[in-house]
Amino acid sequence: MTMRKLLRILAASFLLLPVPAIAQVAPPPDVLVKNVTLEVIDLIAKDKEINAGSRAKLIQVIEAKVLPHFNFASMTALAMGQGWNRATPEQKKRLIEEFKTLLVRTYASALSSYSEQKFDFRPLRAKPTDTDVTVQVRVLQPGMQPVPIDYSMEKTAAGWKVYDVMVGGVSLVVNYRTEFNNAVRNSGVEGLIKELDTKNRSLEAAAGKK
Amino acid sequence: MIAGRFLLAVSLAAAAAGCATAESEPRDPWESMNRRIYRFNDSFDDWIARPVATRYRGLLHGEIRGRVRNFFSNLADPFIGVNNMLQGKFEDGLADWVRFAFNTTFGLLGIHDVASDMGYEKHNEDFGQTFGRWGAGPGPYLVLPLLGPSSVRDGMGTAVDMVADPVGLFEPNAARNSAVVLRATQVRADLLDASRLLGEAALDRYVFLRDAYFQRRRSLIYDGRPPREEVNDTPEPAVK
Repeated sequence: MTMRKLLRILAASFLLLPVPAIAQVAPPPDVLVKNVTLEVIDLIAKDKEINAGSRAKLIQVIEAKVLPHFNFASMTALAMGQGWNRATPEQKKRLIEEFKTLLVRTYASALSSYSEQKFDFRPLRAKPTDTDVTVQVRVLQPGMQPVPIDYSMEKTAAGWKVYDVMVGGVSLVVNYRTEFNNAVRNSGVEGLIKELDTKNRSLEAAAGKK
Repeated sequence: MIAGRFLLAVSLAAAAAGCATAESEPRDPWESMNRRIYRFNDSFDDWIARPVATRYRGLLHGEIRGRVRNFFSNLADPFIGVNNMLQGKFEDGLADWVRFAFNTTFGLLGIHDVASDMGYEKHNEDFGQTFGRWGAGPGPYLVLPLLGPSSVRDGMGTAVDMVADPVGLFEPNAARNSAVVLRATQVRADLLDASRLLGEAALDRYVFLRDAYFQRRRSLIYDGRPPREEVNDTPEPAVK
């Protein structure tokens, strides 16, 4: 076999399976969670502005490093339950945006109270063909039961994406469902968007005061 | 199973007592009463518990607070072991007693958690979880004065926990009362970050806390591996 022929076969084989080849480049979900967690913790520990209490800088770090790995459309749909189907495409976009803002702020607040807890990254129990997995991390603190954090992740064309986070057995997405349903029942989808917007604005105002 | 039937009888009696109102949440038939107690707890927290806990956290170094936490955590381990055994988890129960033995001696009355360093992990068990493991459902949601979110089942569990609480054996009364207050302050101080988060994350804190409570207890009863719940109102998550 000549070199040229070999190269041609190689090139053809790449053309034949472009999608799986790209998907394989993306790190497996457990590696992704570990890398992102350690990177963010490291960034926070070293950043002078964040250590001085800058919430804006912290949110910036989260938006750059953590957000790309979340599927907020899935999260919002799951949190809404039945109400999701009653929203127009334009309302859905706004709902996703508002929910994202709220979750990022909450996440920033949780991270700002982080103090040298240790992480135990559990081995992934899944088949290589699985497209929906749970990545388990445990936060260890002396004198207390470890707090499990479970990331529900789905495989997409753009790599693995988180669509729910469970902390100590409490699913973030499920926990919003009653509140969202109540809001939709009482004042419609528009009412829920307004409620989320008001909430986000008040959090922003409170953060600005510090 | 006798306990299960007992719980059922009590919850039926409570339901018949007539404080049921027509609310939308089936797990919370006493919502108006619960919300009243919740508001009372909230005021107590605003005016007393949180300020005291904040001051406590400001005054004492993290290491000292850690020792206070360890001391009370160690006192709870024997009955955590009893609960594990009542649930048929003998190995875990024995591990809890080994923890107590090591921490009480080498850990100087429990202020150092040496057992965790030796690989004996702390467990989270109580009588409410044991009743749940025996098959009792949570029953209606119940907000307890000062203690907060609970359910009919867990409220009864808490009553048994209190009877079994070794701090109740402290003599004289002044020592016992101081220990109870110190422990409550420590617990509240440990929850300062979590309660701030709750306030930020929730649209309606009462609802958010209630739903989180049911999820959390269910997870604890199954030791973090609850079977999947039937969710029939979930739409396809695939959206652009």
